[in-house]
Amino acid sequence: MESFWDALRSLHDAYGINLVQFYDDFERSRLLRGMWTTVKLSIICILLSVAIGIVGAWLQGSRYRVLKAIVQGYIQFFRNTPPLVQMYFFYFALGPQMPRVVNEYGIAQPMLGSFEWAVISLSFFAGAFNVEIFRSGIEAVQRSTVEAAESLCLNRLQTYWYVVLPLAVRFCLPALNNNLVNLAKTTTQAYAIAVPETLFVASQIWSDHINVLEMMITLLTFYLLLVGVIVWLMTRLERWLAIPGFGR
Amino acid sequence: MLGAEGESGFTATAFNRRSLGFVLAAFALILAASEAVAQIRTTGGSEGIIEALIKWTPLLLLGPPGEFGGFVLNIAVSFLAMAIGTAAGLVLGLGQISLYAPVRKMSWAVTQFFRNSPWLVLLFFVMLLTPFHLRIGGVSIPLPDWLKATFGLSLPIMANMAEIVRGAVNSIPTSQWESAESLAFTRMQTLWRIILPQCVKRMIPPWMNWYAILTMATPLISIVGVNDAMTLTQDALAAEQKTELLMPMYGLLLVFFFIYCYPIARWTIYLERKYAVRI
Amino acid sequence: MPSLTASANKAHAHGWTPDQPIISIRDVYKSFGKVEVLKGITLDVRKGEVVCIIGPSGSGKSTLLRCINALVPIDRGSIKVEGQEVNDPALDKLELRKKVGMVFQSYNLFPHKTALENIMMAPVLVLKRPKDEVEAQARRLLKKVRLEDKADAYPGELSGGQQQRVAIARSLAMNPDVMLFDEVTAALDPETVKEVLVTIRELAEEGMTCILVTHEMGFAREVGDHIYFTDRGVIVEHGPPATFFKEASDPRTREFLSQIL
Repeated sequence: MESFWDALRSLHDAYGINLVQFYDDFERSRLLRGMWTTVKLSIICILLSVAIGIVGAWLQGSRYRVLKAIVQGYIQFFRNTPPLVQMYFFYFALGPQMPRVVNEYGIAQPMLGSFEWAVISLSFFAGAFNVEIFRSGIEAVQRSTVEAAESLCLNRLQTYWYVVLPLAVRFCLPALNNNLVNLAKTTTQAYAIAVPETLFVASQIWSDHINVLEMMITLLTFYLLLVGVIVWLMTRLERWLAIPGFGR
Repeated sequence: MLGAEGESGFTATAFNRRSLGFVLAAFALILAASEAVAQIRTTGGSEGIIEALIKWTPLLLLGPPGEFGGFVLNIAVSFLAMAIGTAAGLVLGLGQISLYAPVRKMSWAVTQFFRNSPWLVLLFFVMLLTPFHLRIGGVSIPLPDWLKATFGLSLPIMANMAEIVRGAVNSIPTSQWESAESLAFTRMQTLWRIILPQCVKRMIPPWMNWYAILTMATPLISIVGVNDAMTLTQDALAAEQKTELLMPMYGLLLVFFFIYCYPIARWTIYLERKYAVRI
Repeated sequence: MPSLTASANKAHAHGWTPDQPIISIRDVYKSFGKVEVLKGITLDVRKGEVVCIIGPSGSGKSTLLRCINALVPIDRGSIKVEGQEVNDPALDKLELRKKVGMVFQSYNLFPHKTALENIMMAPVLVLKRPKDEVEAQARRLLKKVRLEDKADAYPGELSGGQQQRVAIARSLAMNPDVMLFDEVTAALDPETVKEVLVTIRELAEEGMTCILVTHEMGFAREVGDHIYFTDRGVIVEHGPPATFFKEASDPRTREFLSQIL
């Protein structure tokens, strides 16, 4: 490995291509930690937003119009306002209102840090879209299948969980795929509230070493890979869930 | 979705009105909560929250006097980026269906690249790596920050527009191409006179959808130093130094965007329904 | 009134005895918005009877079946299943549906579960019976409908007729007292229609009370005990098959029969 790093170092000396983010141990570990934060952020937000989508779609099918309207209000609010402003609102406006806890150094700090607020903000943002996506998947389930479940005495919750949801998920996987990829890309906005994710760390590195172009290329490659992995995983999921009799 | 079948999405049904009511209630709640907080932590400030909001609104909407900034800058950037992105995306989309394999592959690669890159990264890319002036001939044209940011935002729009164009062209039945061919139209003629005019209607709803997404991405330019509504909000809050103004000011910004984007979203649904019936 | 039979004990709470009609429908009205679909239906089904409801589309036949097992609420009138009023707001729908099984025209199997899992699902989840007992019963039912080798097939891999037979087995797994069939052969080709009808006929011969909405006149004539003809939301005429098909009195009935037969 050392010789590989030395080769990169010599690239810098010979051609001015500065790949310090790779050959320097400190910078490399910084960058890797930033990438791991992005991956963590993406995974947690994906899981939470899917959960919000499932619950929201369930509430939207409820008989109480007030409940339906609240869910619609939530969706319209988060879909028609900028995600960045939402994040600022959560972190800068709601954050200070939270109670303070004393950390191990004896300093009072807000209960939820920037990472947690980024998770909350992005999950609610993506969750709003997911509710719509799951709703359309649910509506694609044939009425007679639902009626058959009801005739077999399954109650509403059992019908939703055992019959409707498994089918709805399969129907809406392509749209969900798209939304989750967008979520992974939107995690870069956490830069604005100083979450040490990839873009933030990269900006620190290029400020220190003035190798903007190299960092940009590294960044773009990383995100392309991340998106590629998510798409690949979702395609595998689609294939694993496929049942005979639907699609090709 | 919302509204009964066959009803124009632009006319609010009782259901729409109720959910809209909840959104407005949410904003009112934010205001009320801030008032409550203000009561609890009176810092001896002279103005109430509503007065402060009214005081700052002109700045947030129009920017500093004599300068181009604020919410109108966000809107202007969205228009310009959409225009550039649409034009470039049209070209890129046609490239994707080109008969020449290298052109096709290049266009596909460019589209995938810009589609799958985070918008903020592209913004940084353009901001940091484009020069401050453009030298054409002997003339040096300065490139202001907001213009560079606009270019940055137009790149993902270009890629998504290309996908919309490609999808729309592919949704026109092959029989259209065949009949045009049998009438001795060239490929270019077929494309411009027969295929694309039919595509326009089915491209409009996703196009408007991307416009809404773009508008809601414009606050990103505040991160790269442009004086848009977001930056000015933060400046205003820094000037006031009052914690009870945090929620209302950010809330006000959310309201601006909501008032602009919600009607666009409803209109998009209306257009989608209107154009969906004809195939 | 005390009684010795098991099913009567089950329905004892509502005072029903097996000599009374198992399903009693009185003057039922139902509208969807402005469209009146059922305009005063009155009908009785005795235990062990096979009742066939025939008529042109839109006459309200399917709606009637859905009202019987409370999938659709009625506007006016009364439906009593084993003495229990279906229109009662305090009705426990799940209890009712344990007594009344229903098979639909299409898409009623759960496509993401195998045939065996389809049959096992409700007894395990709803009746909370132990899994191995339910599996044994499910395999017996599959054997009964002659599909024991398709236990692990998904509905997408089965033909329409096979799917309907699995659907019948699935409803039977809940041990209902009445079976409702909503045009179960309408979406099938003539060959597969036969295999489903044979299954239903065997059920009827074993004494199951069946209500069928059907277009299969031959089947109605052979297996039915009582035929009802509905048109535009009312029962125009009814009678045992022998008299109904030969000596229909109402002109509408005669016109309908002449088109079908």
